[in-house]
Amino acid sequence: MELSGELAPPMANGEAVFEAPWQGRVFGMARALAEAGLYSWVDFRRCLMAEIARWDRDPQGPYAYYDHFLNALERLLAEQGLIAPGELRSRVEALAARPHGHDHPPA
Amino acid sequence: MSRDQAIRAEALESLLIERGWLAADAVDEVIATFNERLGPMNGARVVARAWLDPAFKQRLLADGTAAIAELGFGGEQTEKLVVVENTEQVHNVVVCTLCSCYPWAVLGLPPRWYKDPAYRSRVVREPRRVLGEMGVELGPATRVRVWDSSAEVRYMVLPRRPAGTEDLDESELAARVTRDAMIGVEVL
Repeated sequence: MELSGELAPPMANGEAVFEAPWQGRVFGMARALAEAGLYSWVDFRRCLMAEIARWDRDPQGPYAYYDHFLNALERLLAEQGLIAPGELRSRVEALAARPHGHDHPPA
Repeated sequence: MSRDQAIRAEALESLLIERGWLAADAVDEVIATFNERLGPMNGARVVARAWLDPAFKQRLLADGTAAIAELGFGGEQTEKLVVVENTEQVHNVVVCTLCSCYPWAVLGLPPRWYKDPAYRSRVVREPRRVLGEMGVELGPATRVRVWDSSAEVRYMVLPRRPAGTEDLDESELAARVTRDAMIGVEVL
């Protein structure tokens, strides 16, 4: 893929916007749901701040920003009654049980 | 583990789409916007315009949100943009101590270090030292001001125009402006 010119991702100072594709998916979901009016960005920010504050108080493992971001999104969706933690767990288990080499979204 | 996060993200997205809360291509659209349309190249254009056009600079410092809208930027978020000007007397630097608030419309998404605990806490406590570590040496007469972003207000630094750029046009000037200079951790 051509990664230079006008359409190149912003990589000023050598950094890509997202370090792994899932980080982009999580960020995109959080924004898209706010844009669709399912919650306000202020609500999301409150959850993100709470996740980060939890780590600041008692760091478990290295700081990983998008882990906090994903935790915050899951928590907010549960809080708002949109996706219950149990439902999410079952879906995660179903996806994780796919045979090796098939752990990608269905075409 | 990264594979776990990837599966959790995939599970969430599939559930949200099934329920009809998320359009199938909504996430792709957000990612494309941040990859292609929002980034430091926008802020660089704003800075170059301000260097060349004193009236624009005045409007920019008075009401950042309205001034960047003149160039077609903004609208991604409702937060207010405040632009702070570096001078011989004052050097400005931006942080978000509580999370990662950042002026998306002009700078895109923040770099990794901006979100890290070390920068968030240290730049407030010992800004001169952090700036020194990042390569910014300030004279003793220059005051440092640290701006803490919030849900309501996002900050961008208007760097000082480098010497020897008198003959450059707007796009040549924009090419000299870096993301780090607009956060305040670099001097051009």
